[in-house]
Amino acid sequence: MTAPVLEVRDLKVYYHTARGPVKAVDGVSFTLAPKTRLGLVGESGSGKSTMALALMRMIKPPGRIDGGQILLDGQDLVQLSQDEMRRVRLNQIAMVPQGAMNSLNPVTRIRQQIVDGLRAHDIKMTKREMDKRVAEVLSWVDLHPSVGDMYPHELSGGMKQRVCIAIAISLRPKVIIADEPTSALDVVVQRQVMETIGRVQEELGAAVILIGHDMGLMVQFVDRLAVMYGGKIAEQGHMRDIFREPLHPYTRLLIQSLPKLEDKGELKGIPGIAPSLLNAPPGCLFHVRCPEALPVCKTVTPPPQELRPARLVACHLYDAAPVVAGAVAAPVAGKEQAA
Amino acid sequence: MTAFLELRNVTKVFSSGILRKKRTVALDNLSLKIDTDRPMVKAIAGESGSGKTTLGMMLMGFLSPTSGSVLYNGKDMRSLNRDEQRAFRREVQAVFQDPFSVYNPFYPVDHVLEMPIEKFKLAKSRREARALMEEALSAVGLQPAETLGRFPHQLSGGQRQRIMVARALLLKPRLIIADEPVSMVDASLRATILESLRKLNRDFGISILYITHDLTTAYHVSNHILVLYRGSLAEAGDVEHVIKQPKHPYTQLLVDSIPWPDLEHSWGKNRIPSGKSAVQPVSATACKFADRCPHAMPVCGQQPPPLYRVDPTRAAACFLHQEAAVLPREEINALFV
Repeated sequence: MTAPVLEVRDLKVYYHTARGPVKAVDGVSFTLAPKTRLGLVGESGSGKSTMALALMRMIKPPGRIDGGQILLDGQDLVQLSQDEMRRVRLNQIAMVPQGAMNSLNPVTRIRQQIVDGLRAHDIKMTKREMDKRVAEVLSWVDLHPSVGDMYPHELSGGMKQRVCIAIAISLRPKVIIADEPTSALDVVVQRQVMETIGRVQEELGAAVILIGHDMGLMVQFVDRLAVMYGGKIAEQGHMRDIFREPLHPYTRLLIQSLPKLEDKGELKGIPGIAPSLLNAPPGCLFHVRCPEALPVCKTVTPPPQELRPARLVACHLYDAAPVVAGAVAAPVAGKEQAA
Repeated sequence: MTAFLELRNVTKVFSSGILRKKRTVALDNLSLKIDTDRPMVKAIAGESGSGKTTLGMMLMGFLSPTSGSVLYNGKDMRSLNRDEQRAFRREVQAVFQDPFSVYNPFYPVDHVLEMPIEKFKLAKSRREARALMEEALSAVGLQPAETLGRFPHQLSGGQRQRIMVARALLLKPRLIIADEPVSMVDASLRATILESLRKLNRDFGISILYITHDLTTAYHVSNHILVLYRGSLAEAGDVEHVIKQPKHPYTQLLVDSIPWPDLEHSWGKNRIPSGKSAVQPVSATACKFADRCPHAMPVCGQQPPPLYRVDPTRAAACFLHQEAAVLPREEINALFV
């Protein structure tokens, strides 16, 4: 097994509000192998976007990384100084933020916005070399070099999104984080953008973390999936395994709620609402909505258990199942501390 | 027989620029009847810029057509008298995309329910008003005790959107126009909102016009579908047929692009031709999809395709189906049985 490019161990990100800490990410562990695609799904408020920001070390006060490690090729990003982190961003780990197309500067040409990123990383080039580089970066995302001379308003939503991908990959990072990269685009453009990300990922040999709530997109795109609920990972494993046989009740309901082409029938939603992460009660945060909740779920936080190879589930339903204690220490796993 | 609401050869052109010279055809010669005798769920589908929202706005009377007319009970919307306008405002209700901006953050959510009760004098007393509100909330699957008296920020997007459905229901409308009601809501909550819309259709006999870019949900909630492309009707008919065996190349492209949550139904199989086709439209009235169409023929660049009735319950505006009979655009409702 190859060493993971990114390893997150027991990461905790809390927002310290006047009414107490909001545990947006609470003891999350996962690993990302080189050249693979990991999906991070969850509903609004599950902590998935906070997760993305934490990986970039871009959490702003009152938020803070309160524990854990983010190992990028063995280097712990949490320990880096601001200046050291600035050099890592874009260069080794880059993000396509949510609604990225609105993050382009409206009064600056596309070329300049790509060049800005390169300059910030002390890349010294002549103007001609720079032009060549910009054209190359744009060609990676299927855009014509002339797009460099345009302003954002001259581009369609899908093109703007591809420009943002181009900026994110301009320094060939090892890890690309895409936070709902297509949420504002229609299906045809969505497919083109996702295919662009996929192709770029393969060509650069980077690893991708796709964050979103659209399970359909995950099925089409990722290799591994982590389902987040209330700041913790409920279940993680290979996409196909999870989809064929979801083990956590939340994952099961999530998959059932999807409209499929077959059995056009009643649409099943998940009853209840997402938990407030402010002063969260002990126990499993899903127990109030869970159709299979046990008494123990109200009091004890379920730790992730490796039920199958490379498959972790945090649910008391499987407490009776034989847990391979040693296997939990495998690189895919991490110990979760009770809140 | 006069339809409840009818679009008759409606065209809407937006002009912009200093001399109003830049013209955008948002909707091109569209006809559609909405009957409320047999309440149905109709979906209007299309990408951004297809004219689907413009269509909804005209049916709600917020926009007037550039040519053609919008008829309410057979009468042109522009010539309604006060009472008729009032009746129209009550019988046609809307649910919009953004469940966040419709609420005033300073008022409890009760406010959006009290307003219509007050304006349309639906209740004689406070108690009666309260009963009406509770009834409407229960109908959309919300607990009145847990909802009333709360402020918008205390509720999730899904709950807020269902309150909007409850508000529409309060007025006992005959038609609800829902413009992208779930696009800003989490995937896991979409199902509950759509299910409440379907319930209104089934249990209260309210017709629903569901405007969306999401063919997956359109397939699940609607009986009939109209697919728009840049203001023109591409394909229309029974939703089963249109989604499962699309006949128009644009609908085929849309259906192929859906990220189905299905392991066997993967994207990779048929790659979308992202380049342009050889045919460039020479005339402004040519098929608007010609420059992207993988099957484009010379004729596509020269004249607009009429609607061909490819099977009894479906029509496609595409020259690939020339052998089928032409369906006059005004008779599109013949498809919706």
